[in-house]
Amino acid sequence: MAGLKRITLDAAAWAERAAALGRGEGELFALFGDDGQVHMVVREPELGALEMLTVAVENGRYPSVGAQHAPAIRLERAIRDLFGYEPEGLPDTRPWLDHGLFKLSAPLGAAGAPRRQEDYPFLPVEGEGLHQIPVGPVHAGIIEPGHFRFTANGETIVRLEQRLGYVHKGVETLMRGAALDRAAQLAGRISGDSTVAYQYAFARAAEQTLGVKPPARAIHLRALMAEFERIANHFGDFGAICNDASFALIHAHTGMLREQVLQTADACFGHRLMRDRIVPGGVTHDLTEEGAARVRALAVEIAPRFAELFEIYDSTASLLDRTVTTGITSAELVKRFAPGGYVGRASGRKFDARQDLPYAPYNKLSFKVPVLTAGDVDARVRIRAEEIRTSLSLIGQILDALPEGELRAELPAAKEPREGMAVVEAFRGDVLMYLRLAADGTVARCHPRDASWFQWPLLEAAIEGNIVADFPLCNKSFNCSYSGHDL
Amino acid sequence: MRTLLFRSIFKGPATIEGPDAGPQAVRELVKSLDDLSRRVLGRSLAIREVDAGSCNGCELEVHALNNPIYDLERFGLKFVASPRHADVLLVTGPLTRNMRMALERTWRATPDPKWVVALGDCACTGGLFAGSYACEGAVSEAVPVDLRIPGCPPPPIEILKGLIALMDAASRTGTAARIGRPAGLPARE
Ligand code: SF4
Repeated sequence: MAGLKRITLDAAAWAERAAALGRGEGELFALFGDDGQVHMVVREPELGALEMLTVAVENGRYPSVGAQHAPAIRLERAIRDLFGYEPEGLPDTRPWLDHGLFKLSAPLGAAGAPRRQEDYPFLPVEGEGLHQIPVGPVHAGIIEPGHFRFTANGETIVRLEQRLGYVHKGVETLMRGAALDRAAQLAGRISGDSTVAYQYAFARAAEQTLGVKPPARAIHLRALMAEFERIANHFGDFGAICNDASFALIHAHTGMLREQVLQTADACFGHRLMRDRIVPGGVTHDLTEEGAARVRALAVEIAPRFAELFEIYDSTASLLDRTVTTGITSAELVKRFAPGGYVGRASGRKFDARQDLPYAPYNKLSFKVPVLTAGDVDARVRIRAEEIRTSLSLIGQILDALPEGELRAELPAAKEPREGMAVVEAFRGDVLMYLRLAADGTVARCHPRDASWFQWPLLEAAIEGNIVADFPLCNKSFNCSYSGHDL
Repeated sequence: MRTLLFRSIFKGPATIEGPDAGPQAVRELVKSLDDLSRRVLGRSLAIREVDAGSCNGCELEVHALNNPIYDLERFGLKFVASPRHADVLLVTGPLTRNMRMALERTWRATPDPKWVVALGDCACTGGLFAGSYACEGAVSEAVPVDLRIPGCPPPPIEILKGLIALMDAASRTGTAARIGRPAGLPARE
């Protein structure tokens, strides 16, 4: 990524940067541990570029960012669990990913004996007439596991507290010491719905690290796959949100649209989710002329069918009654947490990595990033709908510009320790990938940061004051990744 | 909306023909059903999906089974919300340590007779996550598995084949309460 700077700060300067974030100066993009140090990635809205800051961990401690800037709290609880570092001043020191069941404690740090399992203290609630509803980790529907603790007053939710970490698989530890191709495969299994985006980000980070430029054809095919993935997921979400409002008709039709996209992906790239198609250096599968024609035909066919479905959404009062003014995410919280994707864009944060941290081929394509301010379920639906239209147009543009040529560039040996970082816009928001290679070319440290980290906490806020029955609707409109967050 | 409804009625179903049960799946099933005695369920199975650490890729394809193209319910297969209503647990993921207890409890809450299907490479073997400090690996580490459907993720048609094979075998041989309990699993709560 052009313009990545990494600056090592002393503890005082680090704490000052954290305080600046707390004052609203800049946005926190990532915060993660490393060998003997902690990194934070921030974006200055005026400059636009990302900046990476590093502080040394001394005697197992470093100054907490979460103490000054709430969005960092869960990230630092994860650092405590995985590295055993103590963020000094962290207001919430309950474990987050480590439920006391891992074979090791601090697997990325000192890797000691397992932590003892203790009861997890949920935040206390007091008040007359309040009752609690614990839900999960196993939910009624076919969704990922997580625990939600609702405190309700009658039907109205006064607080939601999430507990996550159930699908923590130790991805970062598995990546450490892995060869590049195995790490790339792992990257594609962090969040299945974003397998293209993750492998896209991993490949770009690896290429930046090794100073390789993938062939132009590969660059375009990657974007094509990424837009396919975006459309498929948005169809799925749009239908599922309507279904959660008991409107099955749209769900049935978007289900078919999604299926058509996946079948086309399968026919063109040999995998319905296009997994393991993007690799460091390029792509593994070419698009035949026949395939390109099929993709074009699909885009032409889908557009009016989707338009018709959206028209139904937009003119069905009983459906809008469920989505409009439900689950509002305030612009103020969005400014603080800087969530990516439709969660941010439905509440006035116009950030899209394809435009704001531009990467090829998007820098040569023309598209608008939709932004709304209502911040409710309806706004998140409308952002998705607009993004489907945009992606359909992008697919046409990519095919028009698709150059002939190679699919993969040769990767040079690392020879010395190197690092790189990439941000890719997945359907739910930006995926950040930090990668450091050892001199022998194996992965020394890889940190994939899912968009969900900054979205999950906002769901807790958005549901406040809504009725319990509207939770599935709100949850679906966020559609945060459990696996991408838990890692 | 009316035009769409009318068009849908006259166009005929979007649903594809159902697949035969895959031969590999059948073989595995016959083996697993050998030790089950008789009780006919009829051609119907209630399925409870349990994500035991999946990347959510397997869930996407399980979801697809409900779309009008595959239309799972025409085969008598149905996803249910509670394990207490289920005949089959369809388990995905490399069984994370953090999900083990929840899976075991779900298994115990499922009435006999019951089957467990390990869906996807992760559930079958631990997949790429095998050996992690946070995963148990194969789902069979915690609960007895009757059928494995490999793939990453297995496409809906493969899942369908496996489930139909399971149901055919169940209605042909009849079933009975599974008596054996995996080692280390405490008695019903
Ligand atoms: S088998 Fe593949 S798709 Fe299924 S959970 Fe594992 S990694 Fe994800």
